[in-house]
Amino acid sequence: MSDEANKGLLSPLRRKLLMGMAAVPAITMLPRASFAQAPATSAVNTTGLAVTDTEVTVGILHSATGTMAISETGSIEAEKLAIEQINAMGGVLGRKIKFIQEDGASDWPTFAEKAKKLLVNDKVAAIMGCWTSASRKAVLPVMEQYNGMLYYPTFYEGLEQSKNVIYTGQEATQQILAGLNWIAKEKGAKTFFFIGSDYIWPRTSNKIARKHVENVLKGKVVGEEYYALGSTQFNSVINKIKLTKPDVIFTDVVGGSNVAFYKQLKAAGIDLAKQPLLTISVTEDEIDGIGGENIAGAYACMKYFQSLDNPNNKTFVPAFKKMWGEKTVIGDVTQAAYLGPWLWKLTVEKAGSFDVDKIAAASPGVEFKGAPEGYVRIHENHHLWSKTRVGRAKLDGQFELIYETADLVEPDPFPKGYQ
Amino acid sequence: MTDNRFFNRSELIGILVLAVFLVVVLPLTLDVFRLNLVAKYLTYAFVALGLVICWGYGGILSLGQGVFFGLGGYCMAMFLKLEASSVENTKIQSTPGIPDFMDWNQITALPFFWKPFNSLTFTIAAIILVPGIFALIIGTAMFKRRVGGTYFAIITQAVAAIMTILIVGQQGYTGGINGMTDLRTLKGWDIRPDHAKIVLYFFEVGCLFACIMIAQFIRHSKLGRILVAMREKEDRVRFSGYSVANFKIFAFCIAAVFAAIGGAMFALNVGFMSPSFVGIVPSIEMVIYTAVGGRLSILGAIYGTLLVNFAKTSLSETFPELWLFGLGGLFIAVVLAFPNGLAGIWGDYVQPRIDRLIASRKSKPDGWTDSSVADGAPAE
Repeated sequence: MSDEANKGLLSPLRRKLLMGMAAVPAITMLPRASFAQAPATSAVNTTGLAVTDTEVTVGILHSATGTMAISETGSIEAEKLAIEQINAMGGVLGRKIKFIQEDGASDWPTFAEKAKKLLVNDKVAAIMGCWTSASRKAVLPVMEQYNGMLYYPTFYEGLEQSKNVIYTGQEATQQILAGLNWIAKEKGAKTFFFIGSDYIWPRTSNKIARKHVENVLKGKVVGEEYYALGSTQFNSVINKIKLTKPDVIFTDVVGGSNVAFYKQLKAAGIDLAKQPLLTISVTEDEIDGIGGENIAGAYACMKYFQSLDNPNNKTFVPAFKKMWGEKTVIGDVTQAAYLGPWLWKLTVEKAGSFDVDKIAAASPGVEFKGAPEGYVRIHENHHLWSKTRVGRAKLDGQFELIYETADLVEPDPFPKGYQ
Repeated sequence: MTDNRFFNRSELIGILVLAVFLVVVLPLTLDVFRLNLVAKYLTYAFVALGLVICWGYGGILSLGQGVFFGLGGYCMAMFLKLEASSVENTKIQSTPGIPDFMDWNQITALPFFWKPFNSLTFTIAAIILVPGIFALIIGTAMFKRRVGGTYFAIITQAVAAIMTILIVGQQGYTGGINGMTDLRTLKGWDIRPDHAKIVLYFFEVGCLFACIMIAQFIRHSKLGRILVAMREKEDRVRFSGYSVANFKIFAFCIAAVFAAIGGAMFALNVGFMSPSFVGIVPSIEMVIYTAVGGRLSILGAIYGTLLVNFAKTSLSETFPELWLFGLGGLFIAVVLAFPNGLAGIWGDYVQPRIDRLIASRKSKPDGWTDSSVADGAPAE
């Protein structure tokens, strides 16, 4: 992102010192995990993973180059932060985490190749990685064939569940339903206009949203339009919005298209302060590119905002900024990526083993009280219980929390009645 | 010269060396994971081979070979995907028995053009014929109108872009940007375990040598000489009474079919097919493999493909954040210093020395003309 230069300037020593400091509050967060007696390697690793008496190796697999690098950099940073913090408090089962980073290069087959390399050559105990659905779909058969463990951070379309994956982001119903309920109640919304990028995630999300609007909220979808990834011309759909005058614009446009979309919306005189817009695809990271002045007033439905006011987040945000620079912003997925190494550590300690089968079996019920989003717990279906939150974009590019569900929302990757 | 229909003596040695390298050396020295990577690289070697015929000899630069690679790959992937989407494998879907991405896109019945892909025979025929006929159509439309050179390159690039948009846009029928993933079995034979990867590797090497033989045959036939003549002075060939367009169409079709075979091999070896192999960028990359290897040399193109891909993998493993610069530097260095690629280095520097060495040992080699003349480069 914008402060690439900043990061490079941190000397390794300074970074280490900062890391140590950053981890101090984390220790108080999780007292029971520290200073565990290290059990014998033969006992905790029966399947030949890269575990020694002092070290355990995990893989980080994201796009450091290519079009997705802008989105995935935050995830890489969060995962490295979590690993450093875990190491600073003694590691996992007495072993320091060493990571091998591979570049998926925004290319799905490369993701599959690198995942295979990490599992077969490097024998990593777990992989933190993938971002787009396409990369996950490419990696999934590899994970299942070679019995690896993937911690996947992005909110996604659902319709998937695997023994070999822990989904630390929200599946579609967790992200959408509570947000739609809220806006229908708060704004009395009855008519909705859907705009999305043309691939599986927006299409599935909109399918779920449409069923919910029509069957539960008894409202009406007055338009549904899709644009190719990377598209920058939204004038025709903006004209349709002006004609149909929907109560709510519901968008899942992704990546760079967002910049064009919100600028053109503003240029067309649609004032987001008066025209409610609910997006499930814009986080703080995207606003960096869109510009706060173009999107201020829009509502986003996420599970995490950088501005969340809770003790965990108040230690997490400064630690992140110390490691990666003052100007970095932390979006929903970045936070979900931060959960990956922690959940893995907690699961390993619960299972008392690095074996993938035991981790997969021990995962349900693992809870992470130190999560910046508050508290999360792994469900039997390997997704997370988490809250849904609605935030309103402000001029400075941050979100103001408007609404959050009272309880954790149950993950439901195969929602009945929404297929 | 001991020329026969396929190769002269030095080419025979080159082919034998390549055969030993691919069939003996690599399988013995690499583990299955790396060998599978080589299998993946070699799928591009088919494309590079086609480009040698069409670009190196025929002078037709195609920047859209990814289209044919994709067509071949998608034909194969459709067959494999149908087999992986049996009713019991897809119980969880709202419509069991169709590929998962169709179910996600609310398609409830198998589209008609998918149905023939239940048959392996049809699939194999389609892998050859679909790209072949498509190339025939493009070739006829272009070359009969005497569109060539840069214009042709630009049009092939546009075709590549259109094809990507088509595949991504029709995601219910093609899997969209995700592509077709999770391919499992071929006629009930699991293509994923290690022993299957080894079998597939040798099968692929076999196909590659068959294609090399075809390329060698074309090169040594009259047809090959006409292609070279056409590249050098198209008008003279035309005035001599040859139909230039037909020869160009033929070369283009051969390149397309080779690329398609590569694509099909890719789907088999990698278990995956996606639009990211079809577009402009992969198509240009394929041209780069050929350029690095030497566009005039059949064997050079194969070594070039292996080298570039190997560099890509190892650089990206060692420097995940900087590797693209390294790769870019490699290309610039090769093109600046050795415009004829690896084969050029071999032909200009290595082979003359070997020849001189042999000549000094044997005072009079029998059945072999003066070695300083024995065409130094494997290139023409």
